[in-house]
Amino acid sequence: MLWIAWKMLIGNRVKYLGIVFGVVFAALLIAQQSSIFCGLMFLTVSQIRDVEGPGIWVMDPNVQFIDDIKPLPDTDLFRVKGVSGVEWAVRFYKGLARARMEQGEFHQMILLGIDDATLVGAPEGIFMGSLADLRKPHAVLLDDAGYKQIWPGEPYILGRVFEMNDRRAVVVGITKASRTFQTFPIVYTLYSRAVLFAPPERKVLSFVLAQPRPGLNATAVCQEITAQTGLQALTREAFMQKTIRHFLAKTGIPVNFAITVLLGFIVGTAIAGQTFYLFTVENIKQFGALKAMGTSNWTILVMVLAQAMQVGAIGYGLGVGLAALFGWGSRGFTKLAFFMPWQVLAITAVAVFFIVVLASLLSIRRVLVVDPAIVFRG
Amino acid sequence: MTTDQPRPNNALPSDVAVHVRGVTKDFGTGGSLTKALRGVDLDVPYGEMLILAGPSGCGKTTLVSIVAGTLAPTDGDVVVLGKNLIAMPNRLKVRFRRDNVGFVFQSYNLLPALTAAENAAVPLLIAGWRRARAVEAASEVLDTLGLGDRLTRLPTELSGGQQQRVAIARAIVHQPRLLVCDEPTSALDAKNGRITMELIARIAVQPDRAVIVVTHDSRVYSFADRIALMEDGRIESVEAGMHQAHPANPA
Repeated sequence: MLWIAWKMLIGNRVKYLGIVFGVVFAALLIAQQSSIFCGLMFLTVSQIRDVEGPGIWVMDPNVQFIDDIKPLPDTDLFRVKGVSGVEWAVRFYKGLARARMEQGEFHQMILLGIDDATLVGAPEGIFMGSLADLRKPHAVLLDDAGYKQIWPGEPYILGRVFEMNDRRAVVVGITKASRTFQTFPIVYTLYSRAVLFAPPERKVLSFVLAQPRPGLNATAVCQEITAQTGLQALTREAFMQKTIRHFLAKTGIPVNFAITVLLGFIVGTAIAGQTFYLFTVENIKQFGALKAMGTSNWTILVMVLAQAMQVGAIGYGLGVGLAALFGWGSRGFTKLAFFMPWQVLAITAVAVFFIVVLASLLSIRRVLVVDPAIVFRG
Repeated sequence: MTTDQPRPNNALPSDVAVHVRGVTKDFGTGGSLTKALRGVDLDVPYGEMLILAGPSGCGKTTLVSIVAGTLAPTDGDVVVLGKNLIAMPNRLKVRFRRDNVGFVFQSYNLLPALTAAENAAVPLLIAGWRRARAVEAASEVLDTLGLGDRLTRLPTELSGGQQQRVAIARAIVHQPRLLVCDEPTSALDAKNGRITMELIARIAVQPDRAVIVVTHDSRVYSFADRIALMEDGRIESVEAGMHQAHPANPA
């Protein structure tokens, strides 16, 4: 009987395509908007993700997210190092600096200062110049997106100079860095140089990056650091989650995206529901004939639900496929944040499931109450 | 007017396929109450083709819907193939129709997306047959009805007469013991109407099967064993048909 349901469904091409279109529209909108939302959230933690190596971030207890800098005294580095579960710990500076370019224009930049001795916290993807050049006088690394933002359309040239806090900075390397939420250029330099580029403050240490001893659980070491120093210590993953939670709770981003997703859900349900209902009404005598011939209400219910699930599955596949295509196609020429984790696919699947169930409810009611004697009425 | 003397259900003769006593059917309530049936008595023995005739609105379709188990009467007794439909739960009534009743509808009601063979196979699919086997069995029936070369055609690719033959094949493919035909010739021209009735008379009328044909087409009366004339929700008269004398029925 499921086969008959399928044949009935695809037999009416216009209605069939109409229902599928409704589901595709909803799935596309939900998946695409959710992916952009995830992309934005991904951007908020890009600087945590880019710092590979240390498993623990130590900061002021009141820090809520990566850009919420509450500087520590330099001595806190030694307090962290003194915790028994810590293998090593280094300084890490993060702040905003205003750079004056060759032509006199200014750019706001994200300034990151990595440990002078070990270079822990350095970016991975240096594709022009070398990390060792960072030890040269005035040396900085610039991310490629920032380079293109400052000098649009110009080729990569090492040795370009700009000023920060009246101090000379020389670009000795270009690196791939993940885009940030603020979209400012990212400048990497040594910690000792970064604090000179930055506006003067009494305390300058933004974070302490630490690594737990081999074999020790990072979360347990974090608890130990907090217990012994009173500082907030989080694993890399926990810090990312805390940052994302902050943006979810304190900004309007989730609400705005949720509204769009909800609209997609409602419009998709309306289109699919209306077309599905019309399809059912158009086939009501066929359903009546099936009931007269001995098809039970349960079987009819399963048939309608199977029809709904079939268009749901096809619409879902096409919708998320188009959303993925959109993300893939836009990656090269737009600054759109797009990240489609499996959770987006799962959420879209659940939404589509509810859309087709809601869309089929009216139809189900219509076919269940239809009198099989309808077939005898002309 | 009644066809036979009323008889208790438990005393039904074994040759009676359909036994209807004192059946009434009301639609609506209060001022909009319509009495579609006003106390109908009717017996149809096995091996008989009964034609229910009468003007539009006289209650033919309502009566046949009740006999087929698709409509519940307001009052009265209905025993079909030895089963009391009044006492039968709806769930069992569905199963009863599936196993025992074949339908030929006025507007065919073929599924437009299915081929002729697939349409004819629908009752077998409802009964749980595997698709390939059901279509094969339906194809054999269609072949006997002269549609062996139209098995894969969609309803829209068939003439009205051919569509009705597919509907007949669908009605008999599962060997029902009661065949209910609602205005089977009304959408057909005279020639196709005659062919359709000949088919029903030839194939459907068996010693263990009863056939009820609802029609107001007097041209087909000659195929009936008996003709029950209805008027205003009652059976006014039951007359012998000319089936025995019809050349289409060698018996």
